[in-house]
Amino acid sequence: MIEVQNLTKRYGPVTAVDDVSFKAERGEILGFLGPNGAGKTTTMRVLTGYMPATEGKALVAGFDVLEQPIEAKRRTGYLPETPPLYPDMTVSDYLAFCARIKGVPRSERSSRLRSVMERTQIADMANRHCAKLSKGYRQRVGLAQALLHNPDVLILDEPTAGLDPKQIIETRRLIKGLGGDHTVILSTHILPEVSQTCNRIVIINKGRVVAVDTPDNLTARLRGSETMYVQVDAMGADAETTLSSVPGVTRVAVSDRRETVAGYEVNSESGRDVRRELAATVVSRGWGLLELRPMRMSLEEIFLQVTTEESVTTEDAAAGDAAAEASRE
Amino acid sequence: MSNVLAIAHKELKGYFASPIAYVVIGLYAIMFGYFFYALLLYFDRQSMQMAGLGASQPVNVNEQLIRPVFLNTTVIFLFILPMVTMRTYSEEKRSGTIELLLTAPLTDFQIIAGKFLGAMGLYAAMLAVTIPHVAALFWLGNPEWIPIVVTYLGLLLMGGCFISVGLFISSLTKNQIVAVMATFTVFLMLWVINWIASFMGPRTQDVLNYLSITDHLDDFTRGVIDTKHLVYYISFISFGLYLTMRSVDTERWRG
Repeated sequence: MIEVQNLTKRYGPVTAVDDVSFKAERGEILGFLGPNGAGKTTTMRVLTGYMPATEGKALVAGFDVLEQPIEAKRRTGYLPETPPLYPDMTVSDYLAFCARIKGVPRSERSSRLRSVMERTQIADMANRHCAKLSKGYRQRVGLAQALLHNPDVLILDEPTAGLDPKQIIETRRLIKGLGGDHTVILSTHILPEVSQTCNRIVIINKGRVVAVDTPDNLTARLRGSETMYVQVDAMGADAETTLSSVPGVTRVAVSDRRETVAGYEVNSESGRDVRRELAATVVSRGWGLLELRPMRMSLEEIFLQVTTEESVTTEDAAAGDAAAEASRE
Repeated sequence: MSNVLAIAHKELKGYFASPIAYVVIGLYAIMFGYFFYALLLYFDRQSMQMAGLGASQPVNVNEQLIRPVFLNTTVIFLFILPMVTMRTYSEEKRSGTIELLLTAPLTDFQIIAGKFLGAMGLYAAMLAVTIPHVAALFWLGNPEWIPIVVTYLGLLLMGGCFISVGLFISSLTKNQIVAVMATFTVFLMLWVINWIASFMGPRTQDVLNYLSITDHLDDFTRGVIDTKHLVYYISFISFGLYLTMRSVDTERWRG
C-alpha cells in the first residue's frame, strides 16, 4: 500500500533523509519512531506530496506521489504535526470545506461529516470556532479532516502530541480501530505508543532507517543475554556475592533496596535458564525469595541501543532536519 | 472548477469572518464618498458657469463627472489592495494550513485561481459600494450607461493586475507586514513608472508608458474597449498568476 524506495531529501547541503526504504501492507499500522529531528516529518511530507524527494520514489496505493500526485493525494489522509485549522471557521464549516477539496461527492458530504465527527468525538464542538478549541480538540479535528474522504492511507504526524492521558488512550484506540481498513503510518517519539498501537516499527535516526521489525521481534532480537529480576529478603546479609557465585550468572546489579529487602538484576549467559539455581540458592540460605521474573528489554532500551550504536558521522543530517522543522515555525 | 470555487468561497468567507473585509470596504466607501462629493461640487460650479456663459453644449455627466471620479479614485486601491492580498499565502504559510491545501488532491493552479477569484470577489464588493452614487446620477440626470459599464470592466481588469502581483508577493513570505509593504511599493512603482518617460529616448518612453497600469484604464473610462488594453491587462494578470505558481512550486522543492 505504501512503498518508499531509496528516498533521499536534501535541504541545500544538509541531508535530512538519507536513502530510506520501507513498505507497509494494507491494513497495517506502521510506527515511525525516532528522536526529534530524525527525519520523520520530512519523510511524511514526501509521502503526502507536500514536498518532492531529492532522490528515490514514494508510492501510495500504487501511485507515484510525484508522477500522479492527484491520484495519490486522493487516497491519502494527512494529519500534520500542527493541525491545519482555519481559526475563523467553525468546526463543521472547516470540515465541509475539507470534504469539498478532497472530492467527497456532494450527496455523501453531510453523512461523512457526521460519521467522522462521531468517530473523533467532536460533535459537541461542531459550531465552535477553531480558534477557540483546546489543543486536544484541535488535534481531533485535524484527525477528523484526515479521515473525511475515507482514504486508503493515513499519515499521522505525532497524533497524540499535546493530548491529556485520557485523550491519548482514546486516540490510540481510534487509531487501532483504523488499522484493518486503512494503512496507517504514525510518527512518534513516545515509545509505549508504538508498542501499544503498531504492528511494525521503523526506527529512524539521523535520516537513516536503523531497524524495521515487529515490536516483539525487536525486543527479542536485541536481547542479547537473559536478565532476571530477583527480589530477596536477605535479613541483612549480602546477597550480591552469593547470587554472583551461582553457575551461569555473568553479572549482578542492585536495582533497588529498602531495609532488608533488595532487588537485583541478574544477567546470565544467553540461552541458559538460571531460575532454578537462583531459587535453590536463595532458599538454601534461608532467605525469603519474594520475586523472581525474567526482565524483557523495554522499547526504551532498544531505542537507545539502536540509535546510539549506529553512530554514523552525519551530525549535519539531524541539524538539517531541525533547521527544516524550525523554518516551519 | 468546483475545486477553484471551493477555494474562492473559502477565501471570501475568510475575508468576511475577519475584520479585513469590513475595514477595506468601509475605508473605500469613505474615501470614494469624499472624492465623489468633491468632484460633484466642482462639476456643479462648472455647469453653473457654463450655463451663465450661455454655452450651446450642455455639460456631459460622463466626461466631466463620472470619468474623473473613477480615474481619481483608482489611487485608493493602491493603498487598499495590498491589505486584501497580504494574507492570501502568508497567513497559510504561517499557520501551517498550507499543508492542508498542498496535500489535498488539488493542483497548484486550482489553489491560486481560487485565491485570485476570492480576492476579486472582495474587490468587486468594494466596487459595488460605488453603484448607489452612480445610480443617483441616473436619477438626477441622464448619463450614458455604456461607458459606465465599460469603466467597471476596466476597473475589474486593473484590480486583477494588482491582485495577481499581490498574490505573488504574498507567496514569497510568511510575514504579512513584509507582504503588505512590498506589495504597496510595487503598486506605487507601477503607478509612477511613466513619470520619467518624457526624459527618456523614444523606445524607452514607449515601454515605460506601456507598463503603467493605470494609463491603460483611460480608454475604458471613455467607454472604449481597445484590444490593446485588454491584451495588456489579461497578459499582466496571467503573468502574475504564473509567477505565483512558480513561487509555490519553488517553495515546495526548497522545503
